[in-house]
Amino acid sequence: MTTKAYALPSDLSPATVTNTTSLLRIIALAFISGAAIASRLFAVINFESIIHEFDPWFNYRATRVLVADGFYEFWNWFDPTAWYPLGRVVGGTVYPGLMATSGVIYKILHALNLPVDIRNICVLLAPGFSSLTAWSTYMFTKELKDESAGLLAAAFIGIVPGYISRSVAGSYDNEAIAIFLLMFTFFNWIKALKTGSAFFGTIAALFYFYMVAAWGGYAFITNMIPLHALALLLMGRYSSRLYVAYSSWYAVGTLASMQVPFVGFQPVRTSEHMAALGVFGLLQIIAFAELVRSHVSSKQFQTLLYASVIGLGFLGTLAIIGLTYKGWIAPWTGRFYSLWDTGYAKKYIPIIASVSEHQPTAWPSFFMDLQFLIFLFPAGVVMCFRELRDEHVFVIIYAIVASYFAGVMVRLMLTLTPVVCVAAAIAFSTVLDTYINPVEPEAPADEAASSEVNSVASDVTNPSTPTPVSKKSKKAVKDSSASSTTGPFGDLVASVTSGKSGKKGERSFGVFGLDTRLVVIFHAIGMLIFFVWHCTWVTSNAYSSPSVVLASSNPDGSQHIIDDFREAYYWLRQNTPETAVVMSWWDYGYQIAGMADRPTLVDNNTWNNTHIATVGKAMSSSEEVAYPILRKHDVDYVLVIFGGLIGYSGDDINKFLWMVRIAQGVWPDEIQEPNYFTRKGEYKIDDEASPTMKNSLMYKMSYYRYAELFGGGQALDRVRGQQVPKTGPTLDYLDEAFTSENWIVRIYEVKKEDLLGRDLKSANAFAQGKKRKRTKPASRRKALL
Amino acid sequence: MTPKATSTAKPQQATAAPNALESLLKAYNETTSSRLKTVDAFLVFLMLSGIVQFLYCILVTNFPFNAFLAGFSSCVGQFVLTASLRSQVNPANRAEFKDVSPERAFADFAMGSIVLHFFVFNFLG
Repeated sequence: MTTKAYALPSDLSPATVTNTTSLLRIIALAFISGAAIASRLFAVINFESIIHEFDPWFNYRATRVLVADGFYEFWNWFDPTAWYPLGRVVGGTVYPGLMATSGVIYKILHALNLPVDIRNICVLLAPGFSSLTAWSTYMFTKELKDESAGLLAAAFIGIVPGYISRSVAGSYDNEAIAIFLLMFTFFNWIKALKTGSAFFGTIAALFYFYMVAAWGGYAFITNMIPLHALALLLMGRYSSRLYVAYSSWYAVGTLASMQVPFVGFQPVRTSEHMAALGVFGLLQIIAFAELVRSHVSSKQFQTLLYASVIGLGFLGTLAIIGLTYKGWIAPWTGRFYSLWDTGYAKKYIPIIASVSEHQPTAWPSFFMDLQFLIFLFPAGVVMCFRELRDEHVFVIIYAIVASYFAGVMVRLMLTLTPVVCVAAAIAFSTVLDTYINPVEPEAPADEAASSEVNSVASDVTNPSTPTPVSKKSKKAVKDSSASSTTGPFGDLVASVTSGKSGKKGERSFGVFGLDTRLVVIFHAIGMLIFFVWHCTWVTSNAYSSPSVVLASSNPDGSQHIIDDFREAYYWLRQNTPETAVVMSWWDYGYQIAGMADRPTLVDNNTWNNTHIATVGKAMSSSEEVAYPILRKHDVDYVLVIFGGLIGYSGDDINKFLWMVRIAQGVWPDEIQEPNYFTRKGEYKIDDEASPTMKNSLMYKMSYYRYAELFGGGQALDRVRGQQVPKTGPTLDYLDEAFTSENWIVRIYEVKKEDLLGRDLKSANAFAQGKKRKRTKPASRRKALL
Repeated sequence: MTPKATSTAKPQQATAAPNALESLLKAYNETTSSRLKTVDAFLVFLMLSGIVQFLYCILVTNFPFNAFLAGFSSCVGQFVLTASLRSQVNPANRAEFKDVSPERAFADFAMGSIVLHFFVFNFLG
């Protein structure tokens, strides 16, 4: 009988214990769901129930069409107002999963006589799905370790900022449901692999289908699962279970994924999907070879078999490469290359590089988004190496791949977050298991040899029961990998451990006494509390801004709402004809379509680079050059975002260089980036700015009459901290139509051609110079006479 | 599924010793239960059907490509689902599939097939 560090109640029946733990688990999961939903509601409480940012506005608009007109209309929806004059086949170029989900929820609620507004469903969809994500992460982690680790993982993913950043209330984007689908597909895959059941394989395929319908990131699953299968094959871990799980997933899932119109035949035609097909073929060959091997015992035959399997796999790879060269299979796309070569996008596809979420991740954002999970993460991966069942291999591969991708692109932090939560939960719950376990190590006086044999034996038969030996090694791992995290207490424990391990073999190892346990547990709880604080703070301060409505604080600390965007969009909606075409940089296309309901030239779909470059060219050339472009595209209004007055840094002047670069990509002779810099190579808007810069439409529209605002004083641009020239730019071809309260949105009307056939510049000069140069028209009249 | 087709033909060319193939057939006939043989017959049929469709696609036309994909993947999908069923009910694999009884395996098979053919039907066009 082992000694206990603290007494446990002994009069409980096993049934009571299991019932209570499962009840507690359900309650804990319910609380985790509550916390996950509640922490995402900061956006609604601080601002209002509003759709955020840019892409969600399109999703919201599409959802309204789906709900109002039905699914078939949505499927065949051609939107003539986007990408004017080209239009956009929305039904065939959209991932419909998100809209279909909220449409179904809307229909169900209305069938139950709950008349909920579709906007509120859209706003609250992401928080709702975050609780499902927490649940599926729990299920996933449970397969790796146990329920307690699962609960920790669920709690982590519920409130971790890396996931909240894309799923606050109002962030109605594909990622809102995709992370749940990702985790649930992975859970089903693990489950299928563990049990060898085609049922779970089919469920995984169905959720894979849902994922394909919901998010372009489905390619991550398409390559993760084959990678896992291939790794298992190379480790010599082929089993019939792997065959069943992978084959059922791939056969059903691939066919299902082709049902989404936007994906179409890609799964058999593009290189991104070929890894899955290759592993599928390889598995068939191996399965057949295994079957033959089970019937034939000849040694020679078997070696021949293995050789031919390898040869066939090699031939298959060659065939795929050959087909790629022949053009049957589309080669990798640019977006794929930009994942491996971070400089690729900047060189060849500036439109991808111009998006801020495609930039490489900065180091601090790892801590900002994951806090203490990021340093528990490696420890958890090491834990996976120690057990290394098939599912642990999966987590290790996932961790490596996702870490790389998260380093390449900020937005892919989102795919890293779940695995960090899982791995950190494994590490953390191992620490807690070790230190909460009341079993005292064997006293030194006992026979060391026999106890060691016993413990080793029990370790082999039942690895989940913590024994002195496993405790020691767990602790050693913890100390080596996480000693930096445990601070002075950790050092204390480490010194105790190392002191003990000096007399190896003579004494048993483990945690002695109550004090050591309490120190570590106290410390662990402290880390958890700081994590919760950090998450709440980050969520409320950094990730809950709708970016449609801005907030600043008054001198007395109260909140001041800056609502320029909606002010301007509603101005457009109410004061312009419904057919008025609005030109703006593509960032605002979805918002204009959603809030102002006016046709736009370009929007956030960015499928036509030339069209975007045309807008870029119009913005970056002089009025005379831009005017024909505007007229040819029937542009009635031009909208620019200008943050100079109140210091809103995400404005068009700061994005201007990207417009220049994208235009330069298409018209290298007419637009050259260096012309927009000062002679010293600086990007400036003050008196030193280059003539090209000062004559560009964007500059003129941004600073038109800006200096007047300062009543003769020195005009200052607050974003760039530079002095604006006192004599501001003049506009001949455009008229200022509207400027919002804080000057963030400025709208200009494009003048029609002069009625008398003059060019607008001289017409303007004529109108202004009327009084001074009366002689000129008089002389002309004479000539006419 | 083409690799599968090549791998069937491989023992003949690879060994060049007819007795190896003979012993394989003999061992197969002796150790396989008649139930599994029925499943195997179905597998061979599916494979032949898939090969015929594939040859048609290559030699004649792939015009309604979605219809070809639907037909071909119904063969491939049904093949792998049946092969999964075969390995699950194979008594030799009992140790591997602890959680899957033969009845459960058949239920899995039925469900997988229904889902598969739902998509096939949708994709035929």
